[in-house]
Amino acid sequence: MRHLLSIEDLSRDDIERILDRAAAFAEVSDRDIKKVPALRGRTVLNLFYEASTRTRSSFELAAKRLSADVVNFAASGSSVEKGESLKDTVLTLTAHSPDAIVIRTPYAGAAALVASWTTAAIINAGDGKHEHPTQALLDVHTLRQKLGSLDGRSIWIVGDVAHSRVARSNILAFQAMGAHVTVCGPPTLMPRGIESLGCTVRYDLDDLREADVVYALRMQNERMDQHFVPSLREYAAQYQINDRRLGPRQVLMHPGPVNRGVELSGEVVDSPQAVITMQVKAGVVVRMAVLYEVLAGARDARTAPRPTEPQLA
Amino acid sequence: MTPPEPTTPGGAHAEARLVSAPSRPAGLLVHGVHVLDPRTGLDGIHDVLVRDGEIAEIGAANSLSAPAGVELVDGAGRHMFPAFVDPHVHLRTPGQEHKEDLETGTRAAAAGGYCALIAMPNTDPVIDSAPILGALFERAARDARVPVGFMPCITRGQAGRELTEMAELRAMGAAGFTDDGRPVVDAGVMRRALQYQRLCGGVLALHEEDPALSGKGAMHEGEVSALLGVAGIPSVSESTMVARDCALAGYEGGRIHLQHLSAHESVAAVAAAKARGVKVTCEASPHHLTMTDEDVRSLDPRRKMNPPLRCAEDREALVEALRSGVIDCIATDHAPHARDEKEVPFEQAPMGTTGLETAFSVVYTALVAPGTLRLELVIEKLTSGLGLIGLLVPEIAVGEPANLVLVDLDAEWVVGQNGYESRSDNCAFAGRRLKGKVLLTVAAGAVAYRERSIMLSVTSSEGHRSRQETSSEGHRSRQETSSEGHRSR
Repeated sequence: MRHLLSIEDLSRDDIERILDRAAAFAEVSDRDIKKVPALRGRTVLNLFYEASTRTRSSFELAAKRLSADVVNFAASGSSVEKGESLKDTVLTLTAHSPDAIVIRTPYAGAAALVASWTTAAIINAGDGKHEHPTQALLDVHTLRQKLGSLDGRSIWIVGDVAHSRVARSNILAFQAMGAHVTVCGPPTLMPRGIESLGCTVRYDLDDLREADVVYALRMQNERMDQHFVPSLREYAAQYQINDRRLGPRQVLMHPGPVNRGVELSGEVVDSPQAVITMQVKAGVVVRMAVLYEVLAGARDARTAPRPTEPQLA
Repeated sequence: MTPPEPTTPGGAHAEARLVSAPSRPAGLLVHGVHVLDPRTGLDGIHDVLVRDGEIAEIGAANSLSAPAGVELVDGAGRHMFPAFVDPHVHLRTPGQEHKEDLETGTRAAAAGGYCALIAMPNTDPVIDSAPILGALFERAARDARVPVGFMPCITRGQAGRELTEMAELRAMGAAGFTDDGRPVVDAGVMRRALQYQRLCGGVLALHEEDPALSGKGAMHEGEVSALLGVAGIPSVSESTMVARDCALAGYEGGRIHLQHLSAHESVAAVAAAKARGVKVTCEASPHHLTMTDEDVRSLDPRRKMNPPLRCAEDREALVEALRSGVIDCIATDHAPHARDEKEVPFEQAPMGTTGLETAFSVVYTALVAPGTLRLELVIEKLTSGLGLIGLLVPEIAVGEPANLVLVDLDAEWVVGQNGYESRSDNCAFAGRRLKGKVLLTVAAGAVAYRERSIMLSVTSSEGHRSRQETSSEGHRSRQETSSEGHRSR
C-alpha cells in the first residue's frame, strides 16, 4: 500500500493485515526502551493545517518508536500564514525528500490531491469532513481487543454525523469488518443520503439497547452558532449517553476530546464500559503499523514503483 | 428638480449589439458535404459556396466549381451545420484577464464551432454601467474573433439591491440583463426589474439559487456528498427560485430566461410555468446533460461548478426536457479559471468549467452517437440560444451571412491532449476521448477557426494567391452584426 487516503480504499484483508501488525507492535510499547529500528533513516513529516493534539502527537510517537526522523509543520507560524498555497507548500517540503507526509486539512480530498504532487507516501490524518482513516483503524483495533471479532455486532454511532469524518470512516471500517452500523442523531445533523453507505438511520435512542457498541461523537460547540439544534441542553436530553441509557454489557467509545455533560455524562466516561483510553493507546500502535505499511511494507511488496519525479498534474 | 435627461434614447425597441474585430470575408467552396440545418430543412449532400462572407449558392453535390480566388474545401464524409451560438459564457474581461479575455475566449468559441456569444457581467468591475459596457464594445471591436454581445447586471454592483440604469444600457446595445453567478435574492427587487423591463426591454437571464438553502455547499446534496462529507447544495435551492421567478414573471407579464437548469424539480417548475403561459425560456449545459455527481467522487476541482452536477435522475430529466422542448437551448456557461486557482482542494476551488471547445463533441458523444437524441435536435438546441433573446439565429440559406461549422463526426480526439485555445484549462472533460471534431468555423462571414488537417486539405482553384488579391476583396473596417432586424422581446 503506497498511501493511506481513505477507508473506502481498504479491503477487510488490508485492515486485518495492518491491525495484526499493530498487535505485534503493541509489545514494543510495553518495553522499557520503546524503540525498534524498523524505519531508521526515514523521514516523516507531520503537516497539520488544523489544530490537533492527540492525532499529531500519536503520529509523532509512532514514528519515533520506529526510529524515523520526524518534522512537525503546523500551519500557524508558517509560510501558510503568508499566503502560500497548499501545492506550493507541499512542493517546497517535498524538496526535503520526506518519505512520508502525514497531513490534516479542513478540506475533503486534500490528502489525495497532495498524493498527486509528491513522491512521498501520504497518510490522511483527517481531510475536512470526509475521512479520518487512522481513527477508524484504531477503533477497530480497540474493538478487536475488547470483543474479538466484529462480525455480526451492532454498532451505534451517535451524534453529529454530518460534520464528522470519524463517523464516515468508521461506518465504512466497521461494516468492512462485518458489523452492522446504525447512525443516530438530530435530523438536522444527519447527511441526506447517508443510508446509501449501508447503515441504518435513526433519530432517537429508543432502541439503543440492541447495540453491542455505542460510539458517541463529539458535539462541537462551534456548531451551536449555526443553530442545528435548539440548545445543548435539548441535545443532551435527547442524545446524551448516560447511565440510564448505557447497558452494563455495552462498550462505549468516543474519539475525544469529550464534552462531559453534553454527548456523554461524566459517570459513563469513567465507567468500566468506556474504552476511551484504550482507543488513545491503540492510536500509537496502529499508526506505527500504518507508517510501517506505507514505508516498509510497500518496499517489501515492490508492487508500485515510486515515480522519480513529482507529478505536477 | 427634474430628473436628468437620458443621454441616449432608450426604449423597448433598442437593438442588442454583437461586435467583433474586423475580419476578411470568406470565400469558400465546400464540395460534397452533408449539410444539416433543422430550420431550413436541409439534410443531404450539397456543395456550398460562400462569397464575400455570404452564402452565395447551395448546389447539388459536386455541381459547383470554384470561382477565382475561392478556396476549395473537401466536404466528403463531413457535416456542415449552422454554427453554434452561446447565450451564456464568461469571458472574464475586464479585470480577470489571467483567466480569459475577449481574444482567447472567442478563439476557444471558434474552435468549438461557435459564431456568436453573450458574455456575462460578473467581471471585476462588474458590467453595471454605460462606460464599462461602452469600453467592452470597443474592446470587442478590436479583439473578438467571433461576434460578442454583453449582458450587464440587473442590479448595481451585482449586489441585488438597486437596479442598474437599464434603459441607458439597453439603448447602448445590452443583450439583456443578468446577475449571473448570483441570484436576485430579494423578490421585491426581482419584481421591480420585471416591471422596469416594460420600459427598457431586454430579457432577464436568471441564475436560480436560494443562498439560504445552498449555504456553503460545494456539490449536489445526495448519496455522493454524504459519502464524501462535502456540504451539499440541495436541488430545491434551485427549483424553489425557479418557481418563484416564474410566478413573478407571470404576474408582471415579464420575459425571463433561466440559466443552467440542473434539477428535475426545476424542469417540472418550468414546464408548469410554460403551460400556463409564462414567458420563460431556459437552457441546460453540456456538463449537466452528460455528467452526474458520480463524476465528482474523485473530488477533481475541475468538476466543481454551480449549479453542481446532480444525480442520474436529474440528468435524465434534463435530456428528456431537451427532447420535449421544455429546455430551449444548450449553453455552455464557459467559466475559465487559472490553473493555480483550481489546483486546490475541491471545497476551496472556485466554481466553473470551460466548455466552448468541447460542447458539441461532448453532447454528440454522450447523447447523439448512442442514439439518445437526434442530431437535428442537438443542432437546433446549439443554435437557438441567441434567438431566444431576440438575436442571431444562424441559418444555411442563400443570401444569409455565412455562420457555418464543418465537422467530422467520426474523428476522435482526447480533450486537452493538444492543449486548449482558452487561456484556462479547467475543463471538466479533460482526458475524455470524444467523437466529432470541429474542422472549420465561419462566423459572421469570416473564417474564425481552421483545424490543422483542414488547412492542409485546402486548395485554391486558381493556385497560389498573392496577398494583393486577397486584400482586394476588401476588409470590413468594422464589422457589426447587430441583430439585423431581430427585435428584442
